[in-house]
Amino acid sequence: MVADDMPLAAVLRAYDQRVSLDLSAVDMPCLLVPPGDLIALCRQLRDAPALRFDFLSDICGVDIFPQSPRFMLVYHLFSIPHKWRLRLKCRLSEQASAPTVTPVWPTANWHEREAYDMYGISFDGHPDLRRIYMWEGFDGFPMRRDFPLRGYKDDYNPMGAKRPPDEAAG
Amino acid sequence: MTETTVLSEITTDTGLSRDVLLNLGPQHPSTHGVLRLLLQMDGEIVERIEPHIGLLHRGTEKLFESFTYTQIFPLTDRLDYLCPPSNNLGYALAVEGLLGIEAPVRAQYIRVMMAELSRISGHLLITGALPMDVGAMTTLLYTMRDREMVMDLMEMISGVRMHTSFCRVGGVREDLPEGAEARILQFCDIFAARISDYETLLENNRIFLARVENIGNITGEDAIALGLSGPNLRASGVDWDIRRDAPYEIYGQVEFEVILRQDGDCYDRWKCRVDEMRESLKIIRQCIHQMPKGDIMIDDPKIAFPVDKDLLAHSMETHIHHFILSANGFKVPAGEFYSAIEAPKGELGYYLISDGSEKPFRLKVRAPSFVNLQALTERTTNIKYLADVIAMLGSLDPVMGEVDK
Repeated sequence: MVADDMPLAAVLRAYDQRVSLDLSAVDMPCLLVPPGDLIALCRQLRDAPALRFDFLSDICGVDIFPQSPRFMLVYHLFSIPHKWRLRLKCRLSEQASAPTVTPVWPTANWHEREAYDMYGISFDGHPDLRRIYMWEGFDGFPMRRDFPLRGYKDDYNPMGAKRPPDEAAG
Repeated sequence: MTETTVLSEITTDTGLSRDVLLNLGPQHPSTHGVLRLLLQMDGEIVERIEPHIGLLHRGTEKLFESFTYTQIFPLTDRLDYLCPPSNNLGYALAVEGLLGIEAPVRAQYIRVMMAELSRISGHLLITGALPMDVGAMTTLLYTMRDREMVMDLMEMISGVRMHTSFCRVGGVREDLPEGAEARILQFCDIFAARISDYETLLENNRIFLARVENIGNITGEDAIALGLSGPNLRASGVDWDIRRDAPYEIYGQVEFEVILRQDGDCYDRWKCRVDEMRESLKIIRQCIHQMPKGDIMIDDPKIAFPVDKDLLAHSMETHIHHFILSANGFKVPAGEFYSAIEAPKGELGYYLISDGSEKPFRLKVRAPSFVNLQALTERTTNIKYLADVIAMLGSLDPVMGEVDK
């Protein structure tokens, strides 16, 4: 499935060493990119006539707790003219925020809201960064590895886990 | 439940106009489940649409992380609950991709055939529900009658009408029961004529056309930018179907046409689905005719449950494998895999990250309905009145189980 003829070498050269190819990927080529270069890279991937990644399939947040940096954003791109898929991975520390890709692909709007809602990853410049699944005022980010499966105990959730003491105080 | 809040009263040259906030749903027949729309209106004219989703959120992705790979199948059923076989198939392909295995050919045919049957069942709902949303009740009753035939077939094959969970990693649960093939072919014959009935009822119906034609237009460029997929994208003239362009399973061996339409309005999205049902029938017929005899499960006792249940009583080894599989599940090598299939609603993607254990480290569902629903809020033209919002929503065909995950 890996498209060997995808002209990625030019892209890699343009970001000398900052963007690298993840050789462990088996299903499609995968690029590792730092948050600072994400927008420029996305624009290039979308607009370069030889690449034309015009379709953003998905943005997936991943929590690699307790490893550091803790978060990872995985972007799955697809090129409708060339029928290629590409994966971008962007590592983020807990405090850092990612740049929004909504100006490049408007569809990212809800995907980024989902990543924010589930993991608490914030996106700089997002037009409408609110929770999407959970209600406003919900405490915590449910998909984080340290969030209990049953949620935290409260009036509505008597079977939930007890909050760790340091968090309950804050 | 529809509530209105008057924000302000504006006096204009033509008279009094009121800026109103209208709450539509979450319990409302035209929202197809529990979707809540907040509409800012100037009289009858819609100025802004704000969907509020998440009322059906069950934390499926969080649950995935605590379930073994086999236990996840029933959870995937409940995403797009109109077409469980497609959801099962996409998930099975992701796990099989990481394991580096492929289901036996017969199993692939059964999976594809069931996925296409479920596509018919999913499309039948919108074929009837969109007209109902805009006031034509009759068609829904006919499509529900015919959907019952698909349900019966599902029940015959898997024992359940809706949540089939028929796929397994490495194959399908059981072989087709005796007589199933004949009944499926019989269904194909009956159903082919029925599709024309729906068209007769609606295609020249002036009231229906007035409500859906040239309403909610999306250009091809905008559809791509919005991430639309499936019939919603093809109705806007973008020629992309994963079944044809990146064939998985046995889609490379069957012949079918990809339905394209150009205007991208509500009518085109509806018509696209009606025509797709014909293509699905073609695929199902070919599957039945081409399907070889043979295994329905890979021969690997560490992954696959025993097909021959008698062995459980006689073979100690089978017994042990069965116990380990049931109690602990099987390990999947560390790595990651993205599988994308053409589900009835569009590109259904499963992104699986494994850490080498029996449970996925992360399993992300790229739910097509979730992405498609965004078209309500931006880049769609010709939505002026409240009635157009209902037509637009119906034509996008969101299934809230999948939107909310």
